[in-house]
Amino acid sequence: MGLIYLDNNATTKVDPNVLEAMLPYFKEEYANPSSIYDFAKRSNHAIKEARGVIKDFFNAENEKEIIFTSCGSESANTAIRGVLNMNKNKRHIITSKVEHPCVLNVYRALEKEGYKVDYIGVNSNGELDLAQLESAIDDDTALVSIMYANNETGVIFPIEKISQIIKSKNPETKFFVDAVQVTGKIPIDVQACGVDLMSISGHKFHAPKGIGALYVNSKALITPLIIGGHQERGKRAGTENVPYIVGMARAAELAMDNLKYEATEIRRLRDKLEANILKNVFNARINAGVVNRVPNTTNIGFEYIEGELILLHLSDLGICASSGSACTSGSLEPSHVLRAMNVPFTAIHGSIRFSLSKFTTENEIDYVCEKMPSIIEKLTNISPFQDELAALKRLKH
Amino acid sequence: MWDYSEKVIDHYRNPRNVGKIDNADAVGEAGSLACGDSLKIYLKIENNIVTDAKFQTFGCGSAVASSSILTEMIIGKTVEEVKKITNKDIADQLGGLPPEKMHCSVMGYEALEDALKNYGDYTDLDDLRNEEANQNKPEKIVCTCFNVTENMIWDAIKVNGLKTVEEVTNYTKAGGACGKCKGAIQDIIDTYYKKEAAKEESTLSPAQKILKINNIIENQISPELKKDGGDITLVDIQENKVLVKLRGRCSGCKNSHLTLKAFVETTLKDAVDKNIEVVEV
Repeated sequence: MGLIYLDNNATTKVDPNVLEAMLPYFKEEYANPSSIYDFAKRSNHAIKEARGVIKDFFNAENEKEIIFTSCGSESANTAIRGVLNMNKNKRHIITSKVEHPCVLNVYRALEKEGYKVDYIGVNSNGELDLAQLESAIDDDTALVSIMYANNETGVIFPIEKISQIIKSKNPETKFFVDAVQVTGKIPIDVQACGVDLMSISGHKFHAPKGIGALYVNSKALITPLIIGGHQERGKRAGTENVPYIVGMARAAELAMDNLKYEATEIRRLRDKLEANILKNVFNARINAGVVNRVPNTTNIGFEYIEGELILLHLSDLGICASSGSACTSGSLEPSHVLRAMNVPFTAIHGSIRFSLSKFTTENEIDYVCEKMPSIIEKLTNISPFQDELAALKRLKH
Repeated sequence: MWDYSEKVIDHYRNPRNVGKIDNADAVGEAGSLACGDSLKIYLKIENNIVTDAKFQTFGCGSAVASSSILTEMIIGKTVEEVKKITNKDIADQLGGLPPEKMHCSVMGYEALEDALKNYGDYTDLDDLRNEEANQNKPEKIVCTCFNVTENMIWDAIKVNGLKTVEEVTNYTKAGGACGKCKGAIQDIIDTYYKKEAAKEESTLSPAQKILKINNIIENQISPELKKDGGDITLVDIQENKVLVKLRGRCSGCKNSHLTLKAFVETTLKDAVDKNIEVVEV
């Protein structure tokens, strides 16, 4: 077996069709889209077309609601700072405890700048505490910021319901959704969901790294994060990254065509992997209940063994996955998401995330299913918690 | 991803001496499940020589590698030789560890230390009493997230020459979670280096002391006084009495006594010896 890439929530392989669509804009169509001559018209037109595709991808009402950025982090930073700058008199923000660091750390910074931030918790299934969210909204709430789905567990949050709660409590409060982890996995509809701002990142759905987008509802006003030229209608200065914008639009088209495959085939392979591991590894548990999850993600905790060690042994077989363990990141603290879910500390350090893509094959999943039990058995034998493991084994049988 | 040495990779792939010794003569533990790494080490000791060692580790690649190589390092050694092993020796044997992973080598050292502490060579009654007294007075825990004591931090600073809070975190994990103890860690670092400096100071020979005082007067004190049009020269040093002459605007200045005590004497006390007395002649 060659490389088995099951870390698609970290980044994805660029689709060859995406690369092909981009190449002319490196080679021949290199004009600055703002220039006046005919040569520039083609790159200008390419951006317009791409904006139309991304508009459809969000199901936005209007192309003017789409801003191209350099990445998901930039989209999120633009959304958050942009809304707050436009609502200077409001000093309260609500977000969740399980947001991605590109959002969470912005709020930590804003707290230091004097904002009051409420962090909404999740239950052991990873579901958001909507009652807590509702009671936190008041007249001073400028922004509610909730991710569409969690990157580590794949748990989807009820965005439409959250939007209704917000609008009923304070119609002036803006709602920002970090949708980076759902793009290409489930259909997105900003109008049906009642979202004011939504961020996406190209490299999570087979476009290259270095391109993202932000949807901003025409009624939601923001200030730009990057100030300079008139590009993106003054909302994001900087010469447009034409080949990457074209590439992300092509990736969005392919993603929309692939949604059914994602919901059926990719889900089937994910479920097969999960069921096999749960059946054959006695100290495995799924870190999320039977809840609505994106079809490609599973987070499995292996009790009494440590995640980095599992990843290193998987890597020796060419299998790429990731871990919420402290050791992998060097941060010393295990995943904030799994801690917020109260995953028991016997399993939190041994949690592995597998995330599939349309390029994942059945053979690959079978190979991982075949190899996983022996890896876990080897590492379980090294563990100092033999008595606890024996008790767990008896319990399972 | 971590840049692990070949040795580390070899040891986590093929760990040596995994398991438990049922009738072990010494058993040591370090870390905990909640902290994310934990290690047990079992020793068989015959005629003061470690004849067998086994380990069980819950932890990352470098934690397993540190435990594995440690068992290889101690088998065949005398208890006295084993007692001299530090975390640095473990890391060196592995061909180095990434800075953020140094705490894995420290955990190996702590488990070994724990095993030897439990090994029955405390037959001296005084030692036993001291041991009891120490047990009754619990060690001060600095980092409550990872249960790191003051002594552990002190040892890590001493053995590895750590200078910053970040380095202490890499080696001991202290301060790596909530970060509330970072101030306390800084205090320990400051105290350690102050004590080291004090040690250095007390070992100055009389000639070194004279040279140091002269250097400070010429390079630190005199330039300051010159700014105000004054100056100072060293006349003699008798034990801790430093005899000086004030010159220029300083001589005859009604504040010269203040200059002498508050500036010259304080500077010399801080830098050389707290018993110094400066006298104008």
